[in-house]
Amino acid sequence: MIVDIQPGELIDQAAGLLDGGHRLALVSAQQEADGFTVVYLFAAAGPDRRTELRLRLAAAEPAVPSLAAISFPAGRFEREMRDLFGITPLGHPRPRRLVRHHHWPRGWYPMRADAGPTPAFGDPEGPYPFVTVEGPGVYEIPVGPVHAGLIEPGHFRFSVVGETILKLKARLWFVHKGIEKLFEGRTPAEGLPLAERVSGDTTVGHALAYCLAIEAATGTDVPQQAQRGRALLLELERLYNHVTDLGALCNDVAYGILHAHAGRVRERLLRINAQVTGHRLLRGGITLGGVTLRALPDPDDLAAIAADAAEIAALALGHTVVADRFTGTAILTTQAAHDLGTLGYVARASGLDRDARRDHPFVDLGDFPVATKIDGDVLARFQVRTDEIATSIDLINRLLGGASSSIAPSVGGSGSSGVGIAEGWRGTIVHRVQLETGGRLVRVKIVDPSFFNWPALPVALGGAIVPDFPLANKSFNLSYAGNDL
Amino acid sequence: MITPVQVAVQITVQIVLVVAGAPLLTGMMRQVRARLEGRAGAGVLQPWRDLRKLARKEPITPQGTGWVFRLAPLVAAATVLVVAAVVPLTGTTSPLAGVGDLFAVVALLALGSVALALGGLDTGTAFGGMGASREMTVLALVEPTILMSIFALSVRVGSTNLGAIVTRTAEDPLDVVSPVSLFAAAALAIVTIAETGRIPMDNPATHLELTMIHEAMVLEYAGPDLALIEWASAARLGVLLGLLASLFAPWGIAGVGAGLAAVALAALILVIKVAVLGALLAAGEVFMAKLRLFRVPELLAGSFLMALLAVSASFFLG
Repeated sequence: MIVDIQPGELIDQAAGLLDGGHRLALVSAQQEADGFTVVYLFAAAGPDRRTELRLRLAAAEPAVPSLAAISFPAGRFEREMRDLFGITPLGHPRPRRLVRHHHWPRGWYPMRADAGPTPAFGDPEGPYPFVTVEGPGVYEIPVGPVHAGLIEPGHFRFSVVGETILKLKARLWFVHKGIEKLFEGRTPAEGLPLAERVSGDTTVGHALAYCLAIEAATGTDVPQQAQRGRALLLELERLYNHVTDLGALCNDVAYGILHAHAGRVRERLLRINAQVTGHRLLRGGITLGGVTLRALPDPDDLAAIAADAAEIAALALGHTVVADRFTGTAILTTQAAHDLGTLGYVARASGLDRDARRDHPFVDLGDFPVATKIDGDVLARFQVRTDEIATSIDLINRLLGGASSSIAPSVGGSGSSGVGIAEGWRGTIVHRVQLETGGRLVRVKIVDPSFFNWPALPVALGGAIVPDFPLANKSFNLSYAGNDL
Repeated sequence: MITPVQVAVQITVQIVLVVAGAPLLTGMMRQVRARLEGRAGAGVLQPWRDLRKLARKEPITPQGTGWVFRLAPLVAAATVLVVAAVVPLTGTTSPLAGVGDLFAVVALLALGSVALALGGLDTGTAFGGMGASREMTVLALVEPTILMSIFALSVRVGSTNLGAIVTRTAEDPLDVVSPVSLFAAAALAIVTIAETGRIPMDNPATHLELTMIHEAMVLEYAGPDLALIEWASAARLGVLLGLLASLFAPWGIAGVGAGLAAVALAALILVIKVAVLGALLAAGEVFMAKLRLFRVPELLAGSFLMALLAVSASFFLG
């Protein structure tokens, strides 16, 4: 449902939707010939409802009333929009830059039509100091953006007394690739390879959300067996990532043997991925209007993998030191998880029952348990992911019957917009596409769950100790690339 | 009668063994771990290859650092070398009687740690300071345990001279299974793990800079300096394991006035003993995870308690 509104109505309309059980899923701005259009997408579960509030703004000094007071994620979307489009959120309590790189020239907005080629660094927007925490014995530890391991770039500023973290500020946004801009002017088919590469470990999740959005915009009916095949690929992606992270969490507490064995299981899964799609990270499986499967996974292999993964998890939690390191570390309370709008296993480990596979289904999976825990610590996130491995294998076994390569007879149509929602392994991914009359893309807005979950990490780490940060960070395992588009 | 030739031979053998063998010990321990975890491993020679690679690089020091930073690796390596020369690893003959003393050995090793901590502080970075602070915390908790254990071991002999303690144990092997010796051995084993930064205290293999103790302290070192530090930590582990072997299993060690053949045999036996201890340590690490930093003092308090029990036992049973 799309509602055209005036700027003055925005806050009341949005408050009404939020009170009615919706969450703000996406905010997308777009420049047009005579100004800007801003779309606020609200989504609600049970039944699946999606409501878009659409605002039109003048070309000169575009501004929107800020929703930051009623929704924390809205405040972040507004800052992103201001940095990329120059649309001012009026009344924003913290109107600081978010996406903007420190060295982007003042007044340059990369998503505007007149942005041109990437300018040279220079004329920075002025200092953006960290909040200084003062007191006896307080000192700062700056970490990154270049790290010792193979980690994406992010700067973390710890204000610490002894080993206890008083305040953590994460500054990301070092990897702006302009990927949303690259979509502009492409045909939907040309956009798919880009969507697959939004975040390297979430090929299927992003490709699927993108294809669902295109199909919604063009009114394409995707055959049922293709949707089942897509759901199968989505679970395969969840499996290999969850297994990898179970091992990585053990490695972060120096329990290397389980890391080695999780690596072995991961390798088996990647080989299954290669058999199914021809690519170890599942590229090329999801296609516009359908799915291409070269083979189907063998249920016996999957059963062996399920047993292996369950054994790894049981061994980890049976080890007193590992269990001690996980328990009570980096607690994200249910209230904080809710207020910040967290998604995926981070939300579920803090007691929020959110899963787009059930809430915004694109195919009927039947009843399946959504794993939730209430503790919100590293242990809870570990357990939720362990439970999800079992659920995923169960779902794959259900989907094996009736999943096959198949494609809609035609993907076409033009001039409209569409939304795709998929539960990637990190959480709910939302894509919104806008097509012009010729069928080319004019705007693609991508929201990775990491955009919602990053602010939760510093909140969870308040009062934790510095040496536990890597473990807590790994238990969230958020994407930098998917966050900074 | 101790001849200068014998002393020279013994010192040379010990230094050569430690210099050449320490990286091999590290490589062997990594290989044992890798095989037990089902990995292929990089091979026993990998630490030597790493050292060669580092030694060939251009020496670089961060801006703003002074002589403390540049001297620290040398002090760390030199103290280990001196300790390697004087402790009774292959023979009980002590060339420098005053230095072959438990107190002196412990103080020398502590001097190396302190030098590296100062080098870490000299960089002025948060990591150097953080690592140094953690290392000093561990050191402060380890020292009392070492002193207590030494006290327990020296009561029987009436001397803290290492040669004398080892000679006494070699002459009276049943002493090893006495409560005094067992408690002291357990305490010193835990201390060795803490001093050398092994799991569960520290993880020498981690890339996570925020969790490091020893590695955070030396994070700014590169090239030949880093090679020296890497070698010194390997040698420290080798010397401490060798000392444990000599103190609590001195069989095969060459006595006063032994010939060259005896020293050669003792060297071979030492290699085997240290390799066995290293393999045991590596195998143990496979089953261990790293403790939360604030749990490390609890473990070290436990080791102190054992050292205290060793002293009590030496008083009541001795």
